[in-house]
Amino acid sequence: MNGNGRGLIELDDLRKVYDTGKTTVEALRSITLTVRENEFVSIMGPSGSGKSTLMNIIGCLDTASSGSYRLKGEEVSDLDRDRLAEIRNQRIGFIFQNFNLLPSLTAFENVELPLLFKGAPTRERRERTEHLLGQVGLADRMKHRPTELSGGQMQRVAIARALACDPDIILADEPTGNLDTTSGKDIIGLFEELHHAGRTLVVITHDQAIARRTKRIVHIQDGLITSDGPALQG
Amino acid sequence: MVLRNYLRQFLRDVRTQRLRFFMTLFGIVWGTVSVTLLLAFGEGMHRKMAADAKGLGENIVICWPGRTGKPWQGLNKGRAVRMTEQDVERLRTEVPDITAIAPEYSTGSARFVVGKKTLVPYLAGTWPEYADMRSIIPDSGSRFLNATDMERRRRVIFIGHKLKADLFGEQEAVGAGIDIEGTPFLVVGVMQPKGQDSSYRGRDEDTGYIPSTVFRDMFGRTYIENFVFQVGDPTRVERAKKGIIAAAARKFKFDPEDKEAIGMWDTTEMTQFFNTFFMAFRLFLGIVGALTLVVGGIGVSNIMHVVVEERTKEIGVKMALGAKRRTIMGQFMFETFAITLLGAGLGFLITAAICGGFPAQFNQYVGTPRLSLQVSLVTAGVLGAIGFLAGWFPARAAANLNPVQALKYDL
Ligand SMILES: Nc1ncnc2c1ncn2[C@@H]1O[C@H](COP(=O)(O)OP(=O)(O)O)[C@@H](O)[C@H]1O
Ligand SMILES: [Mg+2]
Repeated sequence: MNGNGRGLIELDDLRKVYDTGKTTVEALRSITLTVRENEFVSIMGPSGSGKSTLMNIIGCLDTASSGSYRLKGEEVSDLDRDRLAEIRNQRIGFIFQNFNLLPSLTAFENVELPLLFKGAPTRERRERTEHLLGQVGLADRMKHRPTELSGGQMQRVAIARALACDPDIILADEPTGNLDTTSGKDIIGLFEELHHAGRTLVVITHDQAIARRTKRIVHIQDGLITSDGPALQG
Repeated sequence: MVLRNYLRQFLRDVRTQRLRFFMTLFGIVWGTVSVTLLLAFGEGMHRKMAADAKGLGENIVICWPGRTGKPWQGLNKGRAVRMTEQDVERLRTEVPDITAIAPEYSTGSARFVVGKKTLVPYLAGTWPEYADMRSIIPDSGSRFLNATDMERRRRVIFIGHKLKADLFGEQEAVGAGIDIEGTPFLVVGVMQPKGQDSSYRGRDEDTGYIPSTVFRDMFGRTYIENFVFQVGDPTRVERAKKGIIAAAARKFKFDPEDKEAIGMWDTTEMTQFFNTFFMAFRLFLGIVGALTLVVGGIGVSNIMHVVVEERTKEIGVKMALGAKRRTIMGQFMFETFAITLLGAGLGFLITAAICGGFPAQFNQYVGTPRLSLQVSLVTAGVLGAIGFLAGWFPARAAANLNPVQALKYDL
């Protein structure tokens, strides 16, 4: 199933330069990459190679210094902040290494947050949130705060939150980096389910075992793609 | 729902920032109490002074026929202008701006005898309409002089409340008698106590009033001491004064420009002075109070900056989930307004309590402090503006954060 659909994400000669005043860092140097609908891609590379930078640009959290980024055919590299916020809200689901749940809110409220920003009516928010928490196996933890949950449970809340507004694509930046092996496997299992349900996923990982369970692996080094091909199923 | 979230967020901030929050709240409460209390006292004093000024009379001018100060059409200067009651009566018809007028005869040397007590207070002879002009109100169960008293030359007297106390003590005065220079008078009325901050002979509370017709006969007077007139519309006072002088100038043949022929005390000038003075006074109090509020507002702005700083990570997460600029700003504006509203509410309550519990014995010195609607609205407006400014800059800083940077932020 190596992505026969049309290009969902199309990056063309994308560059990102960080200018810190004293020095300039070329975090991305000419990235050209296409991800089609229902692909399950892992991005690998050593620390500092530009993986997170790439992910943030794909996730519309950041903008490239030059080059083009088309999301479902729409050029997004020159949109304003509020338009980008709308895209993040409705078309992108972000999953972080450190979960990034709001500690003062319950699991339910954390998952509900994107729906609030979208302006969904109360009833829809409740039904959707309950459904998603059930789907990730946390129907009985809705009233719990993040501190009352395990790492694996927190990441599942984060996945439910990423799915809240039914995004076009799910991006995960080292989602198992803070988890023990068992919890990590659970999370990848959940990703596989999502992939089989037709979703598109891009996952950054250090873990060979995880990368092998995706369908396509992209290697990055020093801001350049060094290899891109089907994962060797093991 | 969004508001409920904001509120929950706010309560959490209050919990984590307890000391700072209460200091900030105190700043706003203090500022609000200063502004409202200062203005309430200003208002109370103004009202008291206005009421006291009214004690002399509202929109009245007191006139003393004097001597001419300029030669006129071959006549020397220094001639006395001597007016009778008929002259006063004529002025009423000749000067249409006047709404009431009354002459006064007076003496400070008539002996009043009640039982064994003898006093020499002020005695005045006048017309019934004098009372209204001079804010003289009879106590219940008593009355001022009336038209029948005038016509029939009744020997009746109306006395000030202090004169009543001096002559009769606690005893009932109405219906009792007073001997004045050997002639028996019947007391028909006692004046209700009133504030009076100025006078032109004795105070009304120390004076006895008898019909002008009786006074004239008893003391053999032809000419009045002075007369008092009232103008309904205060903007017509100047015209009325000119009209009086012009009419008198025709009758007594003096220069209408002669300022000395009839001396005039225009009490509306004093009212105008008071109004101007209190306008300035209130402005001063308002500025002092507003500055206190600004200091409070700086405190609020400060705490909001800290809150934004502490919640940088959270702002980053919300941005990543699709919160727009106005959602982020709304949250911080809400918190600013919540603190301001809470502080202002407490401040208003404290001021209201102070005004309500203000000891009555101080009223005669500074009046009763009064939180007027106008003062409240102005204060609320200033508070709103301060809340807005205090919240705007931290909120904008929050909304302008770079989401990637904000997400990296950890406390
Ligand atoms: N905000 C920034 N300012 C300056 N340099 C940055 C910034 N963010 C990342 N970089 C640099 O860009 C490069 C790529 O970083 P990153 O994308 O985080 O790598 P990875 O996620 O692969 O570890 C690194 O050299 C890093 O130091
Ligand atoms: Mg990284």
